[in-house]
Order: sequence, then structure tokens, then C-alpha cells
Amino acid sequence: MIKQFAKILVCLLLTASITSCVHLKEYQKNRINDSEMVLSNRKVEKNELNFQSYEEAASGANAGKTGGGCGCN
Amino acid sequence: MRKVYLSIIGFSILCRLNAYAQQTQDTSITKTAVSLYKPVGGQDSTSYHPKRLRLDEVNLISSYYTQTGDHSAITGGNGTQNVIDLSNGIDLHFVWLGQNNNKNTLTTGFGIDYHTSASSAFVTTTGLGKKDGTRIYPSLDWTVENAKSGNTFGVGVYYSGEYNYKSKGADLHFSIKTADKNGEFGVKLQGYFDQVTLIYPSEFIAAITPPPAGAVYVTTASGNTVLESAGGSADGHGSRIGLASSPRNTYTGSLSYSQIINSRLQVVFLADGVAQNGYLGLPYHRVYFNNGRDTIEKLPSSRFKIPLGFRVNYFLGDDIILRSYYRYYHDNWGINSNTANLEVAYKVSPFFSISPFYRYYAQSAARYFAPYGVHSPDDEYYTSNYEYAKFQSSFYGIGLRVAPPNGVFGWQNLHELELRYGHYSQTVGLVSDVISLSLGFK
Repeated sequence: MIKQFAKILVCLLLTASITSCVHLKEYQKNRINDSEMVLSNRKVEKNELNFQSYEEAASGANAGKTGGGCGCN
Repeated sequence: MRKVYLSIIGFSILCRLNAYAQQTQDTSITKTAVSLYKPVGGQDSTSYHPKRLRLDEVNLISSYYTQTGDHSAITGGNGTQNVIDLSNGIDLHFVWLGQNNNKNTLTTGFGIDYHTSASSAFVTTTGLGKKDGTRIYPSLDWTVENAKSGNTFGVGVYYSGEYNYKSKGADLHFSIKTADKNGEFGVKLQGYFDQVTLIYPSEFIAAITPPPAGAVYVTTASGNTVLESAGGSADGHGSRIGLASSPRNTYTGSLSYSQIINSRLQVVFLADGVAQNGYLGLPYHRVYFNNGRDTIEKLPSSRFKIPLGFRVNYFLGDDIILRSYYRYYHDNWGINSNTANLEVAYKVSPFFSISPFYRYYAQSAARYFAPYGVHSPDDEYYTSNYEYAKFQSSFYGIGLRVAPPNGVFGWQNLHELELRYGHYSQTVGLVSDVISLSLGFK
């Protein structure tokens, strides 16, 4: 499993390194700044994520809470 | 696993193809632009203008959730999991400009959930225990953003309280933008300090007869009775006074790096390290051994989790935005999981979008899990909580977002409305539906 994890990490780093990033000026960011392009959960997803964290063992890596609250229904 | 590698390689090629999409160089400007504006002599544009605290935004979020299933941990992995939950939350964002025009944001949040849970009634063997409950969760966060660099620093505190569980938390977070402001590195450190009230299944509570002089019995949330010291009192649901609690601590370090790849593509990498210690089970979760006897679940007192993920958002053409997310998770209880999510936001107009989505999740079982009647009394640890079982789940649905410039329904203050419905199902039988509404006011 650690090998799988390492392979995924290597792939991600490779992706980051081989990808040429274009320097954008502010006026070129009209699409990037679109509200649908935000790199986070939608506000309306907040409670959904809570319910999923109660019913599944995995949580985290989604820029949200990783503890607190029981959810022990 | 091969699909994951192929997806990542495919994503690399996609990035490569689009890297030069907006490659045209800016014309170098050597002359002053023609303008009718004449600067007023002696005007100091850098003078300090403190701005007063103002309410910038208010967000209301409500959800209605229903769940059915037949594997409740309270009845040892064999019993109703029916739940209904109504959640309501409000966030208030206050903003002011401080020294050097740095932007300060104070966010105060308050949430309240009400749920009914059929399985809770079976904490007591009679099935007449408490079926409903309320959770409240206030929060406070202060963040300051440097006006020049865009870097941020902030702190936050949280509280969550329900009848059998209390949680206090705090965090410290900061972010640093790259020199060209197309990338951002973020760090968040969180600590949660919880108390689990030790409410046991009724068959494990020994009655003391006759009660000692001066002592009284009070009814617990489980519907049973426990001995209380003299002078104690009980509320309508059965008091927690006199019931012991056990600590559970959670420490999280989160790292993120976001990068704009080109004018249509951006990505963020997310990595957490989560360490937990204390009482990590719940005292009213039963386990039935293969000899027919039951006991309370027993889990290790520490756990370490490593979730790693990334998001990739791509603006396809003029109307479609692809929002994708992947997470790999590993913990030292033997659970590995993969989560993949794809949402396609279609812009019907610049101010109205429809977003169907699909999420796939798969996890392996914890080494301490076994179904009803399978664990041996010789096992060191045991649980029949299906949260730790092997299963896959699917979650799909649709979201709507409306944000017209003149306000939703012509109401200027209501600048955004989001409505979202999702249907969730696990291969172990749990099924749920959730509908959420978010309103944003300015």
C-alpha cells in the first residue's frame, strides 16, 4: 500500500513539474475568477460533507473540518 | 489503480496542450496612455484611510437529510439506521481595513441541527430510549490579508455540543502567494479537544439495591438509571450529571498548494496528517460475539490518518466548467480508500448554472471490524460499526446556482442562491437523500 501511495505521489509531482504554467495578468483571469471555478467545496455542500464523514471512515484533504462533532446516530 | 495513473497522465497531457492557449505577449507599453484625467497637485494617494467595520456578507445554509439502513452499530451491526436530520446554519462576514489597508475579515458562524435516530432508542434494551437530539455549533474566525502581497494569516475557534458529545477546537492558518500571484501555498493547524459522555447500553449498568442513604437515581439519556450523589438533579431527558466522560483529541496539519496553469485551468494539491488519541469508540456501540454474548465495542486509543487529494477545475469552451476531485486515504487501522468526484457546471446564462455531479467512494475494512456475531471474545479489538466495513458508495445529484446582478428574484441584497439535491447509496445497504439550500446576502 505504501508503494501505491508513493506511486501516486510521484505521478502528482511529475504532473506538477512537467506542466508549463502560464503567467496570467489580472485582466486575463476572467475565466479563472469565475465563481464556478473556485478550488474549494461549494457553500451548499457543507452539510453533505458532514453526513459523508459520519458514514465513511475516510475524511480530510478537502479543506474542511477533520474533527469535532459526534455524528454518532 | 491503473485507472488512477492513466487519469493523472491524461491530465498532464491536457495541461501540456493548454499551456500555450493564452501565450500572446503583451505589447510593451512605453508611452503614457491618453487620458483626460489630470492628477490634482499635492494629493497624497498613500495616506492612511481606516475603514469602519461593516457587515459584508451573510450566508444561510439549510439541509434536510434522510437515511435508511439495517446495520446500526448500537445494535451490533444488525438493526435500523433510520435517521432524519434538519440542519440550519448562518455565517456573518464582517470586514474592515486596518493598517496599510490590510483587509480584516471576522466570520462568526452558528449552526443548529435537530435529528431523530431510530437506533438511539435501542441504547436501552427496551427500545424506549431517547430518539432525538440537538447539536449546536458556533464558530469564530479572524483573518487578515496583506493588501500588497495577498498573503493571509488567521485564527479560529469552534464549539460543538450535543447531549452525549462536546467538542472544542481551535486553528491557526496562513497562506503565501507566489510572486506572480498565480500560485498559493496554505497551511492550517487544527486541534479538537472532545469529551465523549459514557452512556452505556442498559444491560451493562448494574443497579445498586438498595441505594445508599442520601443517594438518588437519575434517568440517563439511554433511558436507564444510574446512581447520583446526594443533591443532584435530573432534567426532562435524563441528566448527564453524574455520568463520566472520556477525552478524545484530534490534531490536524493541512498543507495545500494551488496553481493557475493557464487561463482555463487551475489545480490545488491537498495533504493532511491527522493524529487522534483518547476514547475513539462510542460507549453504546454493541458487539455480539460468536458465542452469543454482547459487549461494548473496543478500539485502539490512537489513530493516524493520511488523506491526500487534488482538485482540478477546467473551463471548457464558454459555458461548461469541469470540477473534479480525487482523494487517496490511508490510516493505521488498515483502512485505505479512494474518492473521485466529477461535477459538470453548465452555464445556461452568465448568472444561472446547472451542475450534475457524481461521486464514487471505495474503502477497505478496518482490521478491527466484523459483522454481527462474528467476533471472538479473544479478539484484542472489536467493532461492528459499518463505518469501518468494506464497501463502495455512489453519490449523485444536481445543483442549481443563481446569481443575477440585480439580485435573486429582483431582491438586490440576495446576491446568490444555490439549491442542491443528492442521492447516496452504499453497497452495504445504507441509502440516504439530502437536499440543501444556500442563500447569500450582501
